[in-house]
Amino acid sequence: MKVTRRQFFKISAGGLGSSSIAMLGFSPGEAQAEVRTFKLARSTETRNTCPYCSVSCGLIMHSLGDRAKNAESAIFHIEGDPDHPVNRGTLCPKGAGLVDFIHSENRLKYPEYRAPGSREWKRISWDEAFTRVARLMKDDRDKNFIAKNAAGVTVNRWVTTGFLAASASSNESGYITHKAIRSLGALAFDNQARV
Amino acid sequence: MALQSLDITRRSATTTPSPGQRRTMEVAKLIDVTKCIGCKACQVACMEWNDLRDDVGINHGVLDNPTDLTENSWTVMRYAEVELEPGKLEWLIRKDGCMHCANPGCLKACPAPGAVVQYSNGIVDFHEENCIGCGYCITGCPFNIPRLSQKDSKVYKCTLCSDRVAAGLEPACVKTCPTGAIVFGSKEAMLHHAEERIADLKSRGFAKAGIYDPKGVDGTHVIYVLHHADKPEIYSGLPKDPSIGAMVELWKGATKPLASLALGAVAAGAFIHYVTKGPNEVSEEIEKEFEE
Amino acid sequence: MTNHWVDIKNANVIVVMGGNAAEAHPCGFKWVTEAKAHNHATLLVVDPRFTRSASVADYYAPIRTGTDIAFLGGVINYLLSHDKIQHEYVKAYTNATFIVNEGYKFDEGLFSGYDEPGRKYDKSTWSYEIGADGFAAVDETMQHPRCVLQLLKQHYSRYTPEAVSNICGTPKDAFLKVCETIATTSAPNRALTFMYALGWTQHSVGSQMIRTAAMVQLLLGNMGVAGGGMNALRGHSNIQGLTDLGLLSDLLPGYLTLPRENETDYQAYVDKRTQKPVRPGQMSYWQNYPKFHVSLMKSWYGDTATRDNNWCFDWLPKLDKVYDVLQVFELMFHGKLNGYVCQGFNPLAAFPNRAKLSKAMSQLKYLVVIDPLATETSCFWENHGEFNDVDPATIQTEVIRLPSTCFAEENGSLTNSGRWLQWHYKGAEPPGEAKPDVDIIAGIFLKLRELYKKEGGAFPDALMNLTWNYRIPHAPSPEELAMEYNGKALADLTDPKDPTKVVLKKGQQLDGFAQLKDDGTTSSGCWIYSGAWTEKGNMMARRDNSDPSGLGNTLNWAFAWPANRRVLYNRASCDPSGKPWDPKRTLVYWDGAKWTGPDVPDFKADSPPSEGMNPFIMQAEGVGRLFALDKMAEGPFPEHYEPFETPIDTNPLHPKVISNPAARVFKGDLEAFGKGKEYPYAGTTYRLTEHFHFWTKHTKLSSIMQPEQFVEIGEELAKEKGIKAGDRIKVWSHRGFIKAVAVVTKRIRPLTVNGQTVHHVGIPFHWGFKGVAKSGYLANTLTPFVGDANTQTPEFKSFLVNIEKV
Repeated sequence: MKVTRRQFFKISAGGLGSSSIAMLGFSPGEAQAEVRTFKLARSTETRNTCPYCSVSCGLIMHSLGDRAKNAESAIFHIEGDPDHPVNRGTLCPKGAGLVDFIHSENRLKYPEYRAPGSREWKRISWDEAFTRVARLMKDDRDKNFIAKNAAGVTVNRWVTTGFLAASASSNESGYITHKAIRSLGALAFDNQARV
Repeated sequence: MALQSLDITRRSATTTPSPGQRRTMEVAKLIDVTKCIGCKACQVACMEWNDLRDDVGINHGVLDNPTDLTENSWTVMRYAEVELEPGKLEWLIRKDGCMHCANPGCLKACPAPGAVVQYSNGIVDFHEENCIGCGYCITGCPFNIPRLSQKDSKVYKCTLCSDRVAAGLEPACVKTCPTGAIVFGSKEAMLHHAEERIADLKSRGFAKAGIYDPKGVDGTHVIYVLHHADKPEIYSGLPKDPSIGAMVELWKGATKPLASLALGAVAAGAFIHYVTKGPNEVSEEIEKEFEE
Repeated sequence: MTNHWVDIKNANVIVVMGGNAAEAHPCGFKWVTEAKAHNHATLLVVDPRFTRSASVADYYAPIRTGTDIAFLGGVINYLLSHDKIQHEYVKAYTNATFIVNEGYKFDEGLFSGYDEPGRKYDKSTWSYEIGADGFAAVDETMQHPRCVLQLLKQHYSRYTPEAVSNICGTPKDAFLKVCETIATTSAPNRALTFMYALGWTQHSVGSQMIRTAAMVQLLLGNMGVAGGGMNALRGHSNIQGLTDLGLLSDLLPGYLTLPRENETDYQAYVDKRTQKPVRPGQMSYWQNYPKFHVSLMKSWYGDTATRDNNWCFDWLPKLDKVYDVLQVFELMFHGKLNGYVCQGFNPLAAFPNRAKLSKAMSQLKYLVVIDPLATETSCFWENHGEFNDVDPATIQTEVIRLPSTCFAEENGSLTNSGRWLQWHYKGAEPPGEAKPDVDIIAGIFLKLRELYKKEGGAFPDALMNLTWNYRIPHAPSPEELAMEYNGKALADLTDPKDPTKVVLKKGQQLDGFAQLKDDGTTSSGCWIYSGAWTEKGNMMARRDNSDPSGLGNTLNWAFAWPANRRVLYNRASCDPSGKPWDPKRTLVYWDGAKWTGPDVPDFKADSPPSEGMNPFIMQAEGVGRLFALDKMAEGPFPEHYEPFETPIDTNPLHPKVISNPAARVFKGDLEAFGKGKEYPYAGTTYRLTEHFHFWTKHTKLSSIMQPEQFVEIGEELAKEKGIKAGDRIKVWSHRGFIKAVAVVTKRIRPLTVNGQTVHHVGIPFHWGFKGVAKSGYLANTLTPFVGDANTQTPEFKSFLVNIEKV
């Protein structure tokens, strides 16, 4: 038996106390509904590290799909890694909301280009992007590279293009960035540590 | 076998007895206000776990956002800047949400069969599919917790993550709490934990440190450790002696199988009045009716 | 951090100052609540605002922003004048006994050697007196008038409780209460930890604030012990890693340094960095500098780097100056920079004086932004009304925006504040066509190489010969890169004690940096990370969290640099005879034959205490420096200098020298500093716990928790200005204005400073013109373009503003 709000008022207005229903042994079928189904029962777990502050809490990311060929993983829940010695399963308000970072509507999806003076972005391919970036860098470098300073001393530096490295990218990314950028002779090269 | 997934001991507006042989461990969530830094991790974890997203609001001149419980915010931090001694500021931050009363006013007030259930472990849960949106539970609650959704006319509140607890996990807010201000376990263990905390607080000069487990609702399954247990009201209006309103008790009494049909009708009418007009007017009215 | 997160639980006293750990590092802060709950620790918070950290503190003391040196200098004075120092530690493990050069002076706010026009010092007198034996002279009795202890006493004798209170606005009783509690940890069985962050670094005297606290720790004997140390809580998940890897203008990986342009001779370059001990019998670990350097060059240039070409020394760019971010934006502002490539960074919001930044970026020919999110920087040319009022048509910068993966979509390691390298795994594909940063860098680099191969061009040697032996050249794997920075044997390596025994075969991964050679037979891209990926595999991915000592040193969890050591300088946790000062916090000890214990000894494992080697093995003295020699820009002892924008317009200690005399100030920026008369309030910017910089305004959950820009002011100031909570107010500095909602609070109180009332205006900085939170003004509109004299970290924490109701 389903009881809607209107029915309830009808019952009351009609002078029938609901106690009478009760006395008849009323037992709603829906009351047997279980607790909400546990949503992590067969999710795939991946260990990760929170990308925000330097506590570097351990994470367990739960994703849809079991990594079968035809299932594209989608992370739908993140919680703290209870085995992690520092956070022991806890997460702060930022870490607890990481799933919304991954799925932010402001995630960039494609290389884009904005021409001088333009008011809009234009989607381009990776090859176009790499080609254009490399061309701009090379032209500037070839024009402004300083092989020897005024005193004739070999200095091999390039200081007309600046580089700013990330603060949340991995060590591996940081390592290769340093290696590649320094090989160009770059000195105008810094990261978040100074800020 | 639904009733056994978490054993239900009581259902709203229902008199057929629930299976009663099995007993499960009584659980409790302890909120140690003295360790809370008000970071809102519990609020985020709650929303994230329960797949809720409240509105992106505006700032009202305080740090509290969302500023109140809603159908999407089942827990909020309430911040109070208090000076009990001049010049000695205390920033009392209390996580608010369902207290999971042993004697739940919401369940007693609810006229919709099975919309509010109480499990044998102490969790009081709303089964929204049975909710008729009357809002009586809101009036029945001495802590002003349940919230009616405009979208689906159903009432929502903290479930103490019954889905997680049923799977053997702690609630999402408990797990995430960075400073261990929220802990979870058997009620007995939580009371013991509270004792330890109170001893530490007393050693730091909080002579009135104590536990909040109000007797007026037969105790709760969410309990607080307070530095000033003698003044719960300074924690953004935590009720000093919460109890279920007389009308709610009466209404519920009337649903008992042996209560008379006539009394039931009177009580029902009065109760509807109570929830729509408020307790004071009603109490006068019902007194009069009883006098007659 | 000299120690690490879990170790905080071992502290007896915790001082949160120059930071707000509860708010910015909540999950690390749990070890503070743990120390309080189970170690009966006392938490002290010193901050201009009653913060979330203060809300759970045992004692809170207010302080005016930017005056921490005065406060801590007062603590030093208190410790010395009340004889609350750990004598044996100070005598044996610090340079208190060392005798300083006769020419050293301090007078009226200036140290000897000041060059006023150059705003810098000739530091030659900031040195030790050298004895007849060629070593630094010491006086074990510490009575010599020029010994460091006596000079220290003299220097800080001016920092009386009254002087401190007058400068900092801290009530005298509150200051003394903090001193008394700190002083209890001079007992060998008590430890204090300092937890600080950008609240110390972001000042024109930031480095010296940190130094002052470190000196307090040396005097108390708290360095190297469990529950002690100087604990910098780094702001970002891998800023420790990026710093370790040397991605700064003047660094190479592992804190090796790039040559200056007057250092063109390889031998002179390495000799200068190969520090010889200045006291007998000391280790002076930087003596190994050539091994680290040569191994790095072998990693980068492989077989091309040989002894004959000085390991490609000429290929390293030579510095004419340090191109820190302020310097770079100064050049950009003047049109001297053509291109800028930003990887995961939002400089338009992150550096000071937004108007200057915006104008600077508009002068670029090209800007490349690599980021997972649509940042303000990539959109600096877009018009967003009052929040970014620019005309795209006038901005001729070509902008290329490249989408990168986020943490969840890649494998790799991050280094936390406690120096732990922890490996993480990819859980999903990135959205659209986003690529990992590694692939993007590889893509650009390989395209450049292709162009150089085809067209030739300026000095192609280094870039064409860079090692690039990755299995998929356009997508090197994180695993390959980790193995590369760990390093490997380039020839069979033999045991130094038994040359017939091969320890590692050619091609095998090194066990650690102790195996590095300066003859080209080893490679390692970052010597301090050596040990992260050995023949045993990926040590960063280890997940055994067992903690046999109970002190939290989980040696089999991940990998900590250096050498998997968890507490730096841990030899100092023992007395000179090798016994722990406090047996309950034993990290290492001398067992009669070697150093051993629950941590990896930070010491020469077989050097018996009788040899007299001292614990601070990275220093040429072997001891901790109370007197910093020439290592700091503005003096060997920290001195209180006012922020460049000070509400009192003077320095009560020496009115002629108000602010840091050695800080670099660019022309034009000096004029953009405001004075107290026009801008009477002390502004300070900071984070909120609900947000992370400018990223989380892109996430719904964080935006729900703190949706809209606000500014915090005290009740007294609000009353004075007729402002109520919830009103919209305008806040302006000499550089621009923002508008925000007013939060009126008891948590910010007026302070009495030098006879006047100083109000603080608290400015959280998380809003901008992109994101799902409500749009707001970039808070750096207000902040001054000047940095710390040593690091050039901008002075975001102390500047002047005015306010009014809108």
